[in-house]
Amino acid sequence: MVQAAVTPASVALPRVNPLLPAFTLWWRELVRFYRQPARVVGVIISPLLFWVVIGAGFGTSLKASGGSQPQNFLLFFFPGALMMIVLFTSIFTMMSVIQDRNEGFLLSVMTAPVHRSSIVLGKVLGGTTLSAIQGLLFLVFAPLIGIRMDLEQFLLVALITLLVAFSLTALGFAIAWRMESAQGFHAIINLFLLPMWMLSGALFPFSNAWKGIKVLMLINPLTYGSDALQLTFFPEKLGSTILPLWPSIGVLAAFTLLVFMAGFVIANRRSTVPAA
Amino acid sequence: MVTTLQNTVSAETGVQYTPVIQIEGLRHSYGSRTALNGVSFDVRPGEIFALLGPNGSGKTTLFRILSTLMLPVGGRSLIAGFDPAQQPDEVRRRIGVVFQAQSVDIKLTAAENLWHQGHLYGMRGAMLQERIAEMLQRVGLADRAKEKVETFSGGMKRRVELAKGLMHRPSVLLLDEPTTGLDPGARRDLWQYLHELRNQERVSVIVTTHLMEEAERCDRLAILNNGEVVAMGTPAELRSQIGGDVIILETSQPESLALRIEQRFRIQTSVLDGKIRMERREGHRFATELVESFPGEIESISISKPTLEDVFIHRTGHRFWTEAQPEEKK
Repeated sequence: MVQAAVTPASVALPRVNPLLPAFTLWWRELVRFYRQPARVVGVIISPLLFWVVIGAGFGTSLKASGGSQPQNFLLFFFPGALMMIVLFTSIFTMMSVIQDRNEGFLLSVMTAPVHRSSIVLGKVLGGTTLSAIQGLLFLVFAPLIGIRMDLEQFLLVALITLLVAFSLTALGFAIAWRMESAQGFHAIINLFLLPMWMLSGALFPFSNAWKGIKVLMLINPLTYGSDALQLTFFPEKLGSTILPLWPSIGVLAAFTLLVFMAGFVIANRRSTVPAA
Repeated sequence: MVTTLQNTVSAETGVQYTPVIQIEGLRHSYGSRTALNGVSFDVRPGEIFALLGPNGSGKTTLFRILSTLMLPVGGRSLIAGFDPAQQPDEVRRRIGVVFQAQSVDIKLTAAENLWHQGHLYGMRGAMLQERIAEMLQRVGLADRAKEKVETFSGGMKRRVELAKGLMHRPSVLLLDEPTTGLDPGARRDLWQYLHELRNQERVSVIVTTHLMEEAERCDRLAILNNGEVVAMGTPAELRSQIGGDVIILETSQPESLALRIEQRFRIQTSVLDGKIRMERREGHRFATELVESFPGEIESISISKPTLEDVFIHRTGHRFWTEAQPEEKK
């Protein structure tokens, strides 16, 4: 007798709660991180190194007081440095997408009945967590150059850092998804993301920029993240940025949503070429 | 909503059943290169079905389409009544997939890999923990549960892969070249386990392989060559299609001798790798005749029962491995 071994197709299998796969992918990202000691050391040491080198480059003691020009630039540059640390960590965490694909791990995720948005959410939240932690670690140096924050300011900085981290990680995901090699990924970053950071108001303020550059800065979503940080650290600057604080955060949030959707659309596309 | 291409009546038992996998006229190409050229076959519930073919024959392409990773260019397939192209999630819930490439995360422990996998299928809590323990027990890794997979041997990694693919109790298991890189002992264990799965849980297994001896262990197989099914049936059925025994001669002048044998005995011969090959009933008698007819010309002669490789040669006219085609792009 041949008996049906197959679950009858009419029997509906329970739907998978989309947060569970997202959670497990996020969890894996963190476990993989702390099981690679080199990465842990890198996250803690790099902001420190970055700051020491910049400080030394300007030839000023980090604790120097007074209103000398370098000290002013250091102050101005602090939010930009925070942006840069978050940018690089966020983007580079998504190299794991390429690694997952090359190692075959992604195959088992792609053949699971998981909504593609859960995959994007889990991977991106994993990267966001790591880069936001690194960004917030960098805040430890703020008092060294005379930036004092109250709780409200700190929470605002944390929110902005999270949004920047999430949007850039999602951007990294969208770029990495179809990439076959880490080299190609690096090329894109150098070509595209480095200028994006430089033109975000992190290096020089919008008001000082040349006209053509201003247009690029206006359409660069990172500018609004940079502005929001400037306004949180130095509220007296209002007027020298493009938008006030909350509208800047709004633009940043809209950008975050947009790149997340882009990541989802790219990961959700099925075609006649292998998906993984 | 269930779509069925057709119901098939089993020839042996006369029982009607719905094939668990139905493939009809499946076509695929990568750019201008055709990978599948109208492949059709059925897999019955609770059988181990092999796709045997050399590299580049289309096995991996077919595997990708069935496992929902890729859309076919034409034709269609149904797994447990669902089309992987139209209803990928319904298919994904019902299939377990073991890839040729390693898909376990070596930085995680064996148990963590299964925990992660369970979550992807919506399993959680105590039920998930029980299932992890059960699966590790079954693949003989219970005592290594808390060790990182990077410390495992190739055979043990493969067992974790298998456990991963079976976590959610799929009714269909797809395996792509599952024994690649395994030593003979590990290979035997894997096959034994596949047979247990089929016998005890009536899981339908579809396995791709380029190894004849693996295909021999299956219930039925399809032989693929250049994207087409060139033969299908049980291993015994396929072998019986060869007319008797296979006789292979070694000689210094294969072409001319082959011609003379054809003229004299009115049988078909072929020359492969400088050896003359022919099929004939009662091979041992025929061998004596041959040696007596062409004294001094035959250096060696071998007579054997047909193997699946002979079936392949019979159907395609070339050896399994000679037509080395570039490996499909990963």
